Amino acid sequence: MKTDLGRLCMGTLRKTNMEKTAKTNSGKIKNNINMGKIRKPVNTFIGLLLLIAVWGGIVLSNKYDRSLFPSPIDVLSGMKELIADGTLFAHIQTSMLRFILGYSTAIVCGIILGLILGWFRKLWEIIDPIVQVLRPVSPIAWFPFIVLWFGIGDIPAIVIIFIAAFYPVLLSTVSSVGKVDQTYLKVAKNFGLKQAQVFYKIIFPAAFPHIATGLHIALGSAWVFLVAGEMVGAQSGLGFLIIDARNNLRSDLVLAGIIFIGISGLLLDKAIGMLEKWIGKNWGILPNERGI
Amino acid sequence: MYIEIKNVSKIYNQSPNNNQKALDGANLSIEKGEFICLLGPSGCGKTTLLNLLAGFEKPSEGSITIDGKPVEKPSIKHVTIFQNYGLLPWRTVQGNVQLGLESLGLDKKDIKEIADEYIELVGLGEFKKHHPYQLSGGMQQRVAIARALAVDPDIVFMDEPFGALDALTRMKMQEEVSNIWQKKKKTIIFVTHDIDESVYLADRIVIMTAYPGRIKSIINVPLARKRDRTHPDFLRIRDRVFAEFEMKQKDTIEYYL
Repeated sequence: MKTDLGRLCMGTLRKTNMEKTAKTNSGKIKNNINMGKIRKPVNTFIGLLLLIAVWGGIVLSNKYDRSLFPSPIDVLSGMKELIADGTLFAHIQTSMLRFILGYSTAIVCGIILGLILGWFRKLWEIIDPIVQVLRPVSPIAWFPFIVLWFGIGDIPAIVIIFIAAFYPVLLSTVSSVGKVDQTYLKVAKNFGLKQAQVFYKIIFPAAFPHIATGLHIALGSAWVFLVAGEMVGAQSGLGFLIIDARNNLRSDLVLAGIIFIGISGLLLDKAIGMLEKWIGKNWGILPNERGI
Repeated sequence: MYIEIKNVSKIYNQSPNNNQKALDGANLSIEKGEFICLLGPSGCGKTTLLNLLAGFEKPSEGSITIDGKPVEKPSIKHVTIFQNYGLLPWRTVQGNVQLGLESLGLDKKDIKEIADEYIELVGLGEFKKHHPYQLSGGMQQRVAIARALAVDPDIVFMDEPFGALDALTRMKMQEEVSNIWQKKKKTIIFVTHDIDESVYLADRIVIMTAYPGRIKSIINVPLARKRDRTHPDFLRIRDRVFAEFEMKQKDTIEYYL
């Protein structure tokens, strides 16, 4: 079996073919990335320039009070101020800590519950209507109860992030469990895997790429509600920074805070994007299957 | 007899008025170590019969026993190889072959050793660390074969395993399966709709017909291995199979003297 022409065909020929396609593929990808690298910063720069030009133009028209509509230069100096006196860093740190706590608890609960509910379909049919009613409710609506139950401090913001992230994770997990290829389950049964092993050796990894998409959505919605949560129930964090600036009538700092929130959110999004790419690679999903 | 199939029928209740009889009164006995091909067109119940034997489904009527015991659920002693390979894409070749071994309660070291041995057996030593998507269809099916054999099963069920491969790769794989069968002495039950494949591989060909799925006849293939696809004896058996499916043209030439 180890000699003869057929094996040569299978082994060598196919290998070279494979290498060829791999090479052309990676060539294409490289090309795309290169083009993206050149194009993107230029576009970003043009966009920013346009925004600042329009903004500066409106400010220069002198129609609006500077304290209500700060100029780009005011905001820039406000940003400098926040960075220089260390308040920005302290606020980002608190916000991130809350975010990580709320988000990771939501991920763990969402995935575990999602795997169980996705597997026991009958149970999900009972729970589903309740979830569908609760899901569209803004986490902020729970705020009165959250304060009554958990008091004030860090916990309300964490709970709000948890609620915001929980539903996307739960729903994507439930639906991805339903989509797991039946052949995998047959193989698992055939090789005598126990129920718990089926969960962590087959269902979870098979569903994981799809769950990761849910994690991405959850991240966005959690970040939105982090700021909202901190605006209503906290004495620190990026949301509080904005409220505090408003109370001091510092519109430049309000806008500076908004910009920092945007940038942090963008960075988080990039980070999870990289995680998704890593998953794609390690889960044996072809790059072009994911539309890269 | 090692495997006994007695009056087995399988009915799928799609709706109260539409009961599909996928398999109708099948009887078959298989000896240990035999290579059996279930051959027939789609709808003849060959895959249904395989699923029943493998324990993925239960017969509506009749009984199936393997080694005297009725088949109730899938077992690691009777491994199925699927047409779409059923490889786990997130595991490497090595990880896939280890999957079955992991539930046998072996040491990590033994698992690795046995898996590597079977990866070598199917000639994929240098692809151990590859993911399935990096391999060709034929190579993926070799991984599935290695994974099935690694747990040292008594019976290997193969459900049109080479259906997705090109003709040349297919022949090469048939040769390898035939070699492995001779070496490892497993009972193999092989579902196919390819007549040449069945004549090349089987000790006995079980010919099935569709609507409802029935076993029509059984043809012995008393050819020595390794078989020559162009030998007159091979072609003679092939002819007989064609005749069973009534696909052989009647000789209608008129002779004038």
